[in-house]
Amino acid sequence: MFDLQNWTTALHEWMLGILPEWAAILIESVLVALIIITLYAVFAIVLIYLERKICAFFQCRLGPNRVGKWGLLQVFSDVFKMLQKEIIRMRKSDRFLHDLAPYLVVTASMLTFACLPWNKGGHIIDFNIGIFFMLAVSSIGVVGILLAGLGSNSKYPMIGAMRAGAQLISYEISIGLTMLTMVALTGTMQISEIVQQQYDNGWNIIRGHIPALIAFIVYLIAGNAECNRGPFDLPEGESELTAGYHTEYSGMHFGYYYLAEYLNLFIAAGIASTIFLGGWAPLHIAGLDGFNGVMDLIPGFVWFVGKTFFVVLLLMWERWTFPRLRIDHILSLEWKYLMPISLFNLLLMALVVVLGLGININ
Amino acid sequence: MEETIQNKPVKPQAEAAAAPAKPAVVPEAVPAENLVVSTLVEPEKLHGEMLRLKNEEGMDFLELITGEDWGEEGLGCVYNLWSTTTGKRAYIKAVAKDRENPFLPTVSDLWDIANIYEREVFDFYGIRFLGHPDMRRVFLREDWVGYPMRKDDKPEEQNDLRMNNFVYADKTTQYDCDADGQVHETEHIVFSPEDYVVNIGPQHPSTHGVLHFRVALEGERIKKIDPILGYIHRGIEKLNESYTYPQTLALTDRMDYLGAMQSRHALCMAIEKAAGIEVSERVQYVRTIMDELQRIDSHILFFSCLCQDMGATTAFLYGFRDRERVLDIFEETCGGRLILNYNMIGGLAHDIHPDFQKHVKAFIPYMRKNIKEYYDIFINNVIARNRLIGVGVLSKEDVISGGCTGPTGRASGWSNDVRKHAPYATYDKVEFSEVLRTEGDSYARLLNRMDEIEQSLHIIEQLVDNIPEGTYQTKTKPIIKLPEGTYYSAVEGSRGEFGVFVESKGDKSPYRMHYRSTGLPLVAIMDKACRDELIADMMAINGTLDYVVPDIDR
Amino acid sequence: MKPKRPKIKSIPYEEFKDNETFEKLVEELNQNGVNVIVRKLDDLLDWGRSNSLWPLTFATSCCGIEFMAVCAARYDIARFGFEVTRNSPRQADVILVNGTITHKMAPVLRRLYDQMADPKYVVAIGGCAIAGGPFTKSYHVVQGVDKIIPVDVYVPGCPPRPESFLYGMMQLQRKVKAENFFGTTNRKEKSPLSLKEIRKQEDEIVKNQEQA
Repeated sequence: MFDLQNWTTALHEWMLGILPEWAAILIESVLVALIIITLYAVFAIVLIYLERKICAFFQCRLGPNRVGKWGLLQVFSDVFKMLQKEIIRMRKSDRFLHDLAPYLVVTASMLTFACLPWNKGGHIIDFNIGIFFMLAVSSIGVVGILLAGLGSNSKYPMIGAMRAGAQLISYEISIGLTMLTMVALTGTMQISEIVQQQYDNGWNIIRGHIPALIAFIVYLIAGNAECNRGPFDLPEGESELTAGYHTEYSGMHFGYYYLAEYLNLFIAAGIASTIFLGGWAPLHIAGLDGFNGVMDLIPGFVWFVGKTFFVVLLLMWERWTFPRLRIDHILSLEWKYLMPISLFNLLLMALVVVLGLGININ
Repeated sequence: MEETIQNKPVKPQAEAAAAPAKPAVVPEAVPAENLVVSTLVEPEKLHGEMLRLKNEEGMDFLELITGEDWGEEGLGCVYNLWSTTTGKRAYIKAVAKDRENPFLPTVSDLWDIANIYEREVFDFYGIRFLGHPDMRRVFLREDWVGYPMRKDDKPEEQNDLRMNNFVYADKTTQYDCDADGQVHETEHIVFSPEDYVVNIGPQHPSTHGVLHFRVALEGERIKKIDPILGYIHRGIEKLNESYTYPQTLALTDRMDYLGAMQSRHALCMAIEKAAGIEVSERVQYVRTIMDELQRIDSHILFFSCLCQDMGATTAFLYGFRDRERVLDIFEETCGGRLILNYNMIGGLAHDIHPDFQKHVKAFIPYMRKNIKEYYDIFINNVIARNRLIGVGVLSKEDVISGGCTGPTGRASGWSNDVRKHAPYATYDKVEFSEVLRTEGDSYARLLNRMDEIEQSLHIIEQLVDNIPEGTYQTKTKPIIKLPEGTYYSAVEGSRGEFGVFVESKGDKSPYRMHYRSTGLPLVAIMDKACRDELIADMMAINGTLDYVVPDIDR
Repeated sequence: MKPKRPKIKSIPYEEFKDNETFEKLVEELNQNGVNVIVRKLDDLLDWGRSNSLWPLTFATSCCGIEFMAVCAARYDIARFGFEVTRNSPRQADVILVNGTITHKMAPVLRRLYDQMADPKYVVAIGGCAIAGGPFTKSYHVVQGVDKIIPVDVYVPGCPPRPESFLYGMMQLQRKVKAENFFGTTNRKEKSPLSLKEIRKQEDEIVKNQEQA
């Protein structure tokens, strides 16, 4: 299996040879930051293009095809445009909060983005309470949305922000519970460890069978709600609240929300592929050593990105099919159905673990 | 309906004052079958007379109030009444003689719809209605000077383009008259300072045009809705007064652009019947087919927009995909996609395209197949059902009192299809059923329209092969003049009864031309339908009520 | 250096109507000569702008339905990258004035235009928006939106066919591609009304309200 750890260790040792330790770490940190920002931008562009093409496919249209071959450069031109768009300052808004909000949202999604296990040894943030950390930083985003509503001093953003607050905080419970279910199965909160286990023992969704499958489905629903995407796009609720919490944002400030929306989609899918579908762990079938060997040749990040995009596809399918829910339906879905199911599921998983009913392929 | 109108010449005022509509007295010349004979009622007795008509003669549907300016005679209104039980009509006329300070008693306590109709009359003619709780302008700006529909008013001179954004008053006035004839003003509060008022529109994706709702919210729950109209008031009725009859045709297509064929059909029919022009059988067949195609077009667009409002973007595009097929058929024959300019006085603008029948016949099975997709992707979807069933319920009494005709009224169990009750064109020759439901909620309104698409396909199917030979245009005089009198004709538009009220003084242009807007009652009932629902329901409700804003504002 | 002729995919330069007006505009914009480096940068920015004109969902009457048809399956405005219709004027680049503008609507339209972030463009769609159309004699209709806001492209028709919409958008793209961002002015159309005056009027109203 391709292990990034060897490379990073080699780089680190080479740097130590020519530089003092603090300088080496500083340079490494900057490098990692650059890489993560680049990746963030690249994935945002890929996702936006993908979404526009896929939605066109669902809607018997063609989608962008004029700018560049197959419209490949479409998103770049959008980015150029967005960068030079005026940022409007409003007279009666709370300037500080209004300007702070988009950065909070982007920071939250970047921090969560950094938790994803790209490859064996390719973690950026990885420590023993990884899952816990991920949950914590991802919920900073809500603050950004609430501040956007408050700071705009406008009625639509206010209603949008209130909806977002109610919705995101509720669905975090389900997300937390499903993750807890999987933590109960793996016995660790460290993300690299979770993936390593799946490499050794098979993907969690197979290992945990019934409770894992239930958790996966609950996670897909809650994850979509957590990204504010249709059918859960109430905080934006285009046809109700014009543009919801970001009605008053223009230029790059709006661009951050736009980016964060797509990246959150990727992150939700990435987490799903990490804790359910084995992250970078290749597909192994017990007994077929030749097949497993071939699968091992495919690098881990291909596996990870591939699985993530598979989940992204599922989420987009959901988005472009269903009508929007209503706020009370959203809340009753969470509190009356998903949360009790997740709680029961956690119990089930605990039983599976205690009684040793999990399927272990090795 | 038209056939049952009491054919009697206009009587002198004094004689007609007390009596309600009486059975026909044979006149000397045979009058046009859509001639309106109205009974003049003294303003003081108007309310009592209307109450009597409503309670004793079952005239429970106030179809239309037409404000008029009769010059020396004074300002006044003509009330069209219709009985849902007996199908009889009555026309009541009331005149306020004082042009400076015209007052008439209100009937808004008898019919909900009178509320907005009377505001419209106030807006255009300045007649104040005593006892009306909300005498504000409805179409024009609150700082508008003059009353534009009065014959002596010069709106252009008094009103230049004002670019300041208007702040809407939170107060409204009620005028009452005491025993001494003194008029008192009472102030009512529309929105109090404690209300959290959100402006939905005029630029809002869900209002289907430039409609403005001021909505008071309690959390996400709607406490009150105050519709503000007139953002697309283009003064069509005033323009018509200076146009010749053929010229007036040009503007009907631009009012309800999703009922272009039907509105123009109504106007042509009103003029033809009044002028005694016979149209050929072929024209009647083609008009019927075109009306039904237009209805399909409109209902598909309704489905699309409803889906869009509720966040199902893909379903929106499915609808548009099929609508293009209808537009192709229109384009082939009429040359236009949206504004069709097809019906003419005495016939059609041109004959149908040679491939018309072939393409219509190909369209019928195509649409039948695709309508199933609508059910799969949206109508049977659990989210859509949850959001529509039981939302915005209107009872039968509500819709009759509120004058909501069309599929909206029929979803509440009110049989009001003009095609059935007063068949025109070839509707008496085809077999179809009036779609009725009793739930009265948004889902029933949606299903009703879907069923009507199927009924329309059925009607077209029966007619398309049997279009008789004949001329497509009857020869008419170069200048069309209607004999003196008042005429009313109605058709079943895509979203309700579309009526044309024409008053002629024997000139080549109408003295007064008033349209019964199909959408105005639907907007007026929004407040009732949305009370205590969530703000998200408001989108579902105004989506299913399905109005077209230029038709409301005219 | 002479400014490059803008290229629009699948329609050659010569086939566009009214090239004279366009060339005059380019000439005016580049009176003081063209700086090679600045022009290259401008080209890049203009390329971004012209291919990402997000329209505001704004429709008053019939033309709005045709605009919906343009966005829908058969005509698919998404091919050009214009499908991201924004409901909030803050995020839109171009306002397509679909339909008649009445006296009551005029201040609203003006406000929408003022709410949009620069660079912003206006396309007047249909006879009503251009000059009042069939309602030109009416007492309540503005005789053309260019009385209120500066218009970049006029698309005639009643309503224009979807193809005309697309052609109008392509003309707008050309105009955007000729723009300068660095150096000289980048806004050519003069606003027919001064924003200051409107503001003054509005401030007075707000003041009166606050006093009351």
